[in-house]
Amino acid sequence: MTSTSLTTRRSWRPSLSRRHVPVLATLTLLLVMYGIGVSQYRAFSNVQVVFNVFIDNGFVLVVAVGMTFVILTGGIDLSVGAVVAMTAMVSAALLRDGVPAALVLVIALLIGPILGFLMGCAIHFFDIQPFIVTLAGMFFARGMCTFISGASISITDGFWTGMSQERIGNPAGNFVSISVLIAFAVVLVAAYVLAYTRFGRNVYAVGGNAQSALLMGLPVGRTRIAVYTISGLCSAIGGILLSFYTLSGAPLIAVGMELDVIAAVVIGGTVLTGGSGYVFGTVLGVLVLGVIQTLITFDGSLNSWWTKIVIGGLLFAFILLQRLIGIRFK
Amino acid sequence: MNTLTDRLRPLTGHRLFWPALVLVVMILANTVYRPGFLAVEVKSGHLYGTPIDILRLSAPLILVALGMTLVIATGGIDLSVGSLCAISGAIACLHISEAADPNSPSTVLTALALAFGVALVLGAWNGVLVAVIGIQPIIATLILMVAGRGIAQLVTEGQIITINSGPYRAIGLGHFLTLPLAILIALAAALLVAAFTRRTALGLIVESVGGNAEASRLAGIRSRRIVFLVYVVSAACAALAGFMVTANVSSADGNAAGLWIELDAILAVVIGGTSLAGGRFSLSGTVLGALIIQTLTTTVYAMNISPQTSLLFKAVVVIAVCLVQAPAFRARFRRRRRGVEPGPATPQREKEQVPA
Repeated sequence: MTSTSLTTRRSWRPSLSRRHVPVLATLTLLLVMYGIGVSQYRAFSNVQVVFNVFIDNGFVLVVAVGMTFVILTGGIDLSVGAVVAMTAMVSAALLRDGVPAALVLVIALLIGPILGFLMGCAIHFFDIQPFIVTLAGMFFARGMCTFISGASISITDGFWTGMSQERIGNPAGNFVSISVLIAFAVVLVAAYVLAYTRFGRNVYAVGGNAQSALLMGLPVGRTRIAVYTISGLCSAIGGILLSFYTLSGAPLIAVGMELDVIAAVVIGGTVLTGGSGYVFGTVLGVLVLGVIQTLITFDGSLNSWWTKIVIGGLLFAFILLQRLIGIRFK
Repeated sequence: MNTLTDRLRPLTGHRLFWPALVLVVMILANTVYRPGFLAVEVKSGHLYGTPIDILRLSAPLILVALGMTLVIATGGIDLSVGSLCAISGAIACLHISEAADPNSPSTVLTALALAFGVALVLGAWNGVLVAVIGIQPIIATLILMVAGRGIAQLVTEGQIITINSGPYRAIGLGHFLTLPLAILIALAAALLVAAFTRRTALGLIVESVGGNAEASRLAGIRSRRIVFLVYVVSAACAALAGFMVTANVSSADGNAAGLWIELDAILAVVIGGTSLAGGRFSLSGTVLGALIIQTLTTTVYAMNISPQTSLLFKAVVVIAVCLVQAPAFRARFRRRRRGVEPGPATPQREKEQVPA
């Protein structure tokens, strides 16, 4: 570990370009995939296709941004998919019981961060592995979903249906949903926080080497608890967006989403041992997964399981790439 | 008061004490709730009853958790076991469904050999990624976890393959010497792994690699080969579990077979007292852990609570067990109980100050 980190630090210029190679590779891959789509299918060049990728993946994007924070500190959060489902489920159940929409939003947006905060505390104060704590968090949130209701609950609330159906478009008739704008806002805030604030610097420092960060006097514990809280908040926002998208809460929704999100973050160039990566890369990673799905939908002859195999292949390719260019790896 | 705690210390200090206590408490609670819980009867030469059911149903989990224990002992983790279950089950069922005579033992044996072979190759793939290329285990096996489900669905072409084969069904539901065959297979696997790791130096070597792979390599142990090997063993165990899971329902479902079993297996290993950081493992603890998880699941079913809600109980158990086992938590608890004096907790407190 030490030898590779030494080589990446040797001079400023190569280290700069090396850090950017995974993101550039993802960008190239995205453009190539889009090019293949356009050359194969006439309708693919329609701008709405691109917008639809964003509409269909807005909530994934938000969750992936939260996961980026956690992975940058060298942790992992397996609870995100379950927290997304729980948020959607709680919102649907409360709305069904006639709770006003504004209050439901507040409650739904509080549960995720509280769970994240508790998980962060367990990880920091009791020194239990993030993997196992967030696994328990996942079990808890998933169990809560079915505890609330075994069947899916549809949402008929005016605010929710309004948010769901609102189309923000250009004169050419292409449109995005409000969820996409919210997702973009989350991405921008996250990118700003990571790049320009003291907290962002602490996140990278903890992921780079927690012990050094501690010796430097950085608030390691606070940072670590904060990233799980942020991930919980992002999952909660993702859950709200998902409930806008499907207008329902279902106990088994977003199963396995944590893996898609982790895959998106890794494909986006963030190193799983922490310390290196960008929110912009994560956006690209989510888009890559979205475009794969669109390509497979357009093809028609390929089945959905090819998505999983292609994602697995891409994960392998990008991990190998990160390994080859010698970004810090365990 | 003091003498009692002193006398109990060797017992409570044993690393199997807490898991065993949890299991006993769960069985007691069940017996109170449902007096017939422990009843075992002999019907047409086979043993029947809830305890036997729990043993039979826990067999796949025990198998997967055995392989997982070795992987975790080297400081790794294998997330792909659930997908491997699905793949091996799918290949075996596909072969049997296409054979002329699904009931002939040779067909079943060929199917098992074929699926087992593929599982070994996939295990070797995991091993190469971790041991040779040096990718972090959690992410190396994540690849096969994601892609493996796709491969399993590819094998079954997205359908659920139903088979009608007596010999294959026996793997999951058969009996031998009045006991379920599944539990005997799991027991045999456990004894085999125990014999290899505890009667030879292999277990010690695995622990030393988990403790510090680089130091073990310098001490003359072929660390890479050991790491490679544990992933192959884990895949083999997962394949066996896959046969059982699919034999239980006489069908292979690429989507559902072995779903979440990797998490249950990791849970079983952790409950059993093996540290996720590697370097020390307990096979008997893992078997106990698997039994605890299956007892919990069966209990929740018996109480007419939906299977999904059982996750809520699992979450509580995970957190409780992890907290009890966490040195930092124990040190805190001990200090509070004894007032100002920190007592003998100093070496453990050191760990608390340097977060991993």
